[in-house]
Amino acid sequence: MSLIEEVTEPTPTPAGVPVLEAKRLVKTFGRVVGLDGVSLKVHAGEVLAIIGDNGAGKSTLIKCLTGAYIPDEGQLLLDGQEVSFKRPQDARDAGIETVYQNLAVSPALDVASNLFLGRERRKPGIAGSIFRALDTSGMRKEAREQVLKLGISTLQDVTVAVENLSGGQRQAVAVARAAAFGSKVVVLDEPTAALGVRESNQVLELIIRLREQGVPVILISHNMPQVFQVADRIHIQRLGKRAATITPQSHSMTDAVAIMTGAATA
Amino acid sequence: MTNDSPPTSALDLAAEFLDRRTPLDRVRGVLHRYPAVSPAVVLVLAIIVFGSINSRFFAPSNLSLILDQVSVVGTVAIAQTLIILTAGIDLSVGAAMILSSMVMAQTAFQNGLPAPIALFLGLVAALAAGALNGFLVTRVKLPPFIATLGTLNVFIALTLLYSGGQTVRKAEMPELMTWTASAFPIGDVRMTVGVIIMIGLYVLVAYALGRTAWGRHVYAVGDDAEAARLAGISTGRVLMSVYVAAGAVLAVAAWIQIGRSGAASPNAGADLNLDSITAVVIGGTSLFGGRGVIWGTLLGAIIVGVFRNGLFLAGVDGLYQTLAIGILIIVAVAVDQWIRKVRK
Repeated sequence: MSLIEEVTEPTPTPAGVPVLEAKRLVKTFGRVVGLDGVSLKVHAGEVLAIIGDNGAGKSTLIKCLTGAYIPDEGQLLLDGQEVSFKRPQDARDAGIETVYQNLAVSPALDVASNLFLGRERRKPGIAGSIFRALDTSGMRKEAREQVLKLGISTLQDVTVAVENLSGGQRQAVAVARAAAFGSKVVVLDEPTAALGVRESNQVLELIIRLREQGVPVILISHNMPQVFQVADRIHIQRLGKRAATITPQSHSMTDAVAIMTGAATA
Repeated sequence: MTNDSPPTSALDLAAEFLDRRTPLDRVRGVLHRYPAVSPAVVLVLAIIVFGSINSRFFAPSNLSLILDQVSVVGTVAIAQTLIILTAGIDLSVGAAMILSSMVMAQTAFQNGLPAPIALFLGLVAALAAGALNGFLVTRVKLPPFIATLGTLNVFIALTLLYSGGQTVRKAEMPELMTWTASAFPIGDVRMTVGVIIMIGLYVLVAYALGRTAWGRHVYAVGDDAEAARLAGISTGRVLMSVYVAAGAVLAVAAWIQIGRSGAASPNAGADLNLDSITAVVIGGTSLFGGRGVIWGTLLGAIIVGVFRNGLFLAGVDGLYQTLAIGILIIVAVAVDQWIRKVRK
């Protein structure tokens, strides 16, 4: 199975059915209610931003979607089918890829090795099955194609060690990895928090390109201008509940902040 | 970063400008990318210097002597390299090897078991020793330094208790036990079976580290364990496999040691714990994990052998050999720190 095919030909989602849907998720930590019946939907080719104040339940919500937490109540539907993730690997296997804010790449390994880290491919025949040889040239070729497809012009050499790259380029590697394997949904948790202005813009361009390719993106961010720049819809968390879901057209940034802080309702 | 296409914007031009590097930076970049280059340069220089001081240095008998002297520490250093690549350290390698060698010798001598079975039981002992270290590091979550400092003493005590402090001599063991000392002539150089086995192990481990997913994961775990975990690698399992693999390597070292010293002594090999770290560090593997190549370790072990042998032939007092090795270690680690600064 080719890496590239996974992206260009995702398993067709029936029209109108959200790719990922969460229904009334509840997650408590002792007496603290992290999520109090939160629902959300993401459709193909859509960027859904999740915003909210600290402690509003953004991270808890994301962790429930990506298998890091198991919700106490509620349902997760992937392509309309109910799923339950016991650990992050389950979500990953189902096609939900997450990019973490702390640049989770391996610095000493090269770009291609990082793209395939944890799912290396072996050579065909006995070289792979008995001697377990890696298909290094094949993985490099596909890494190059993936990077090209996402238009990451600054990552032309996939054999360069990631530690020689800038923060933005490293994040681009992480996003490219998620895009390569996230056949269903790509989740980005504060992808620009550690980056400068120019590097943030590179990542935002990548998000837009992912949307163009029909992959739904869930973006968690504190940065209102960035959210309003790329999001199609904005899910606002407040005190463990969904306060509102708005669009950049229907509401202004000031409105969004007001809803976040409880000064207004949608 | 190679960027051959014409810059498309002022920002790219600025990046291009910032990317300009001094020749020293380039040297550092090369050393960073190819960690075995620095030990290779040191080895070539050492050979030229010692060869010009005393022409006997190049005598085939002397070269084979150096290799033979390096065979045990060179093998133990393979195990040490695997562990240091995961950002760990193993102070117990020498003690575990001696424990394994005493199990091999005693089961053959005292219990009269056939040599293959005795060797196998020694392998089991070494695997158990590795698994114990791995358990302490991955399950009990002890820092490798402390875990192996503890097991170092445990293994020494077990060895003495088990063997009763008795050395088993060559004549008391089946021939296969000391087969590693028998020699093949290759050209004028006399290669022992032990040296050939050591080189074979280097080839095997180089393949495993460089060409398999397991090897990638070993580097990834040593480089940034959290990033490896987030990439879906089971870091505990990788660490455990590394400690057990190190145990297997130590069993082979034990066999080579019995052949080389013509006996199995519970008091041998005390220096191997630190000597193996010396070889790894001089070989350019970073003590911080994730960076280094196994061939660097072989070069590092040979460098130590060449220094000791060359200084001996030059008539220098043995204490100065130790002094030279000490300086070499300090320089090697200082160079490693400098190389690592490439990271932005």
